[in-house]
Amino acid sequence: MSVLVNKETRLLVQGITGQEGQFHTRSCIAYGTNVVAGVTPGKGGQKMDAVPIFNTVQEARDKTGANASMILVPPPFAADAIMEAADAGIEVVVCITEGVPVIDMMRVKNYLATKVTRLIGPNCPGIITPGECKIGIMPGPMHKPGGPWGVVSRSGTLTYEAVHQLTQAGFGQTTCIGIGGDPVNGTNFIDCLELFNADPETKAVVMIGEIGGNAEEDACEWIKANMSHKPVVGFIAGLTAPPGRRMGHAGAIVSGGKGTAEAKIAAMKASGVHHCENLGKMGELCKQVYKG
Amino acid sequence: MKIHEYQAKELFRKYNVPTPKGKLAYTTAEVEKIADEFGLPVVVKAQVHAGGRGKGGGVKLAKTKDDVKTVADSIVGMTLVTKQTGAQGKKVNKVLVEEGLNIKKELYLSIIPDRETATIAIVCSQDGGMDIEEVAEKTPERIVTVHVSPITGIQAFHLRKVCFGLEIEKELQKQMSAVVKNLYNLFVDYDCSMLEINPLIITAEGNILALDAKIDIDSNAMFRHPDAKEMHDPDEDDPVEAEAAKFGLNYINLDGNVGNIVNGAGLAMATMDIVKMAGASPANFLDVGGGANAEAIENGFRLIMKDPAVKGILINVFGGILRCDILAQGVVQAATKLKLSVPVVVRMEGTNVEEGRKILAESGLDLVNATDLADAAEKVAKIVS
Repeated sequence: MSVLVNKETRLLVQGITGQEGQFHTRSCIAYGTNVVAGVTPGKGGQKMDAVPIFNTVQEARDKTGANASMILVPPPFAADAIMEAADAGIEVVVCITEGVPVIDMMRVKNYLATKVTRLIGPNCPGIITPGECKIGIMPGPMHKPGGPWGVVSRSGTLTYEAVHQLTQAGFGQTTCIGIGGDPVNGTNFIDCLELFNADPETKAVVMIGEIGGNAEEDACEWIKANMSHKPVVGFIAGLTAPPGRRMGHAGAIVSGGKGTAEAKIAAMKASGVHHCENLGKMGELCKQVYKG
Repeated sequence: MKIHEYQAKELFRKYNVPTPKGKLAYTTAEVEKIADEFGLPVVVKAQVHAGGRGKGGGVKLAKTKDDVKTVADSIVGMTLVTKQTGAQGKKVNKVLVEEGLNIKKELYLSIIPDRETATIAIVCSQDGGMDIEEVAEKTPERIVTVHVSPITGIQAFHLRKVCFGLEIEKELQKQMSAVVKNLYNLFVDYDCSMLEINPLIITAEGNILALDAKIDIDSNAMFRHPDAKEMHDPDEDDPVEAEAAKFGLNYINLDGNVGNIVNGAGLAMATMDIVKMAGASPANFLDVGGGANAEAIENGFRLIMKDPAVKGILINVFGGILRCDILAQGVVQAATKLKLSVPVVVRMEGTNVEEGRKILAESGLDLVNATDLADAAEKVAKIVS
């Protein structure tokens, strides 16, 4: 079992003919993802390797039965691409693009409220169900299929670090979801925790947050109320980040005393989340928390 | 991207938001000339990107001709220190000279994106002219927040909520509504990430004006605002951070002695944290991008070597797409080329990591292999202690 994506997933790629699009599409195919279509306006009828290209998402979905999309288009076109996928009824949309303007994302988020689509990202590494389906730019081989851990994170390489340590510790992962480092994103911690909580194969969860906003605090309250039977290991990056500075990610900023690492860590401790103080020892902590 | 008060006020005027009459000056003589033209009193305001200018002596009222000279001399060219500039302060190269007004009431108004609800929030208060964070903490009932969906845009009921919430008198409600509506449109049109007026004033004559103006524009949206791009003031940039931006790297200077080169923002923050936990202190935040390549590492070295405080460097790269042997070759080449004078601890993970470690060990340079993150932090902390 897994959440959101699995071996039945039929992926289309928006922006498949760009340099990044080609590279990451090939890497997803190599991992075993079923890539059924690409979309690049004006290049309909052509192919990228063996993947047929269409002019619109609607046409790609109608002709191939695609039910998920990976978006690798430049930031000025990302909001449009997400809304096009949602308009065509694509169920899971993963937007990798970094640098989407905040106001664009606010419009997208309000538009998606009327649609069936679940958006992951933007500014994220994507989602992977090890051994079944990889949608995104994460390195595939370090993942280990079969669970029991679910992983949800705001940061790309920090997710890789956590997954690597889980695998080294002998643990597999059900699904790993990078929700992205932007202030306004499609899927938040609680959405993912709900999915993991309902998935029988997922027995424990790693949750990786960072400074900025209060998504982690909200998630901790949710965990306290709903998730007492599945352990959660949590990590927060940014204890040493100076206030008022945007730390790489558009959403990673402590402003007006809000969004601090200290507050998030306190929320974790208060809600029974196993806080990982030293990232280098996350694998060890996971072993202590869940013995299988 | 932050812009200056005088630039924000130019945008206000473009959107029919009233501001005091004002002109920019670079010298005391220019300030005096403007004061002659406007008549007394005038207010002289330092134009630097920092809050708390008034408390730091960067905003002063001049009531007489002598005052004008004294005030201008004290502000033009001064090094302004506020709680936002740090102890080194900021040099004041230009000032805004404005007419003095008869203030009857001071309001607070800001517009910000609300990340949790994906709406645009108008935050206002009758307690203008004060530290708004203090107002929010001590008297939260004095703050009025109105959320606007970016899909509907601002409607009349939003404006009524603002006017009644601030107890604006009847005769002024139409004027206030126009100001708020115009500011909202400016905010959306220019992709602002923050717009703040403190204070927004009501004069004895019954006019509403923006006495102050702060605007921050979403850097990710600059591609559609070429005119705003021209408002960028390079004097406000940290020189090393500006150079990093040219290389496409994300660098923030800090006050420790361990230089960090990391791929990915989250991992870069976590690396700083773990360096601190090991008893050392990070000299910078540097994200060379999730992919990371040899060229980015070389540029990272260049930036870090500009900081004389750095006694050791920690490279933490979680590869995957990039092979570790290629990365190691890049590190060796860059370290040789730039004649690095401090030890470098390298922690890398990913494809071909063993070959990569071998290349580092056999390089003959002061490159230390670390097996994992915890090991890396301990090794670099030991080097700088």
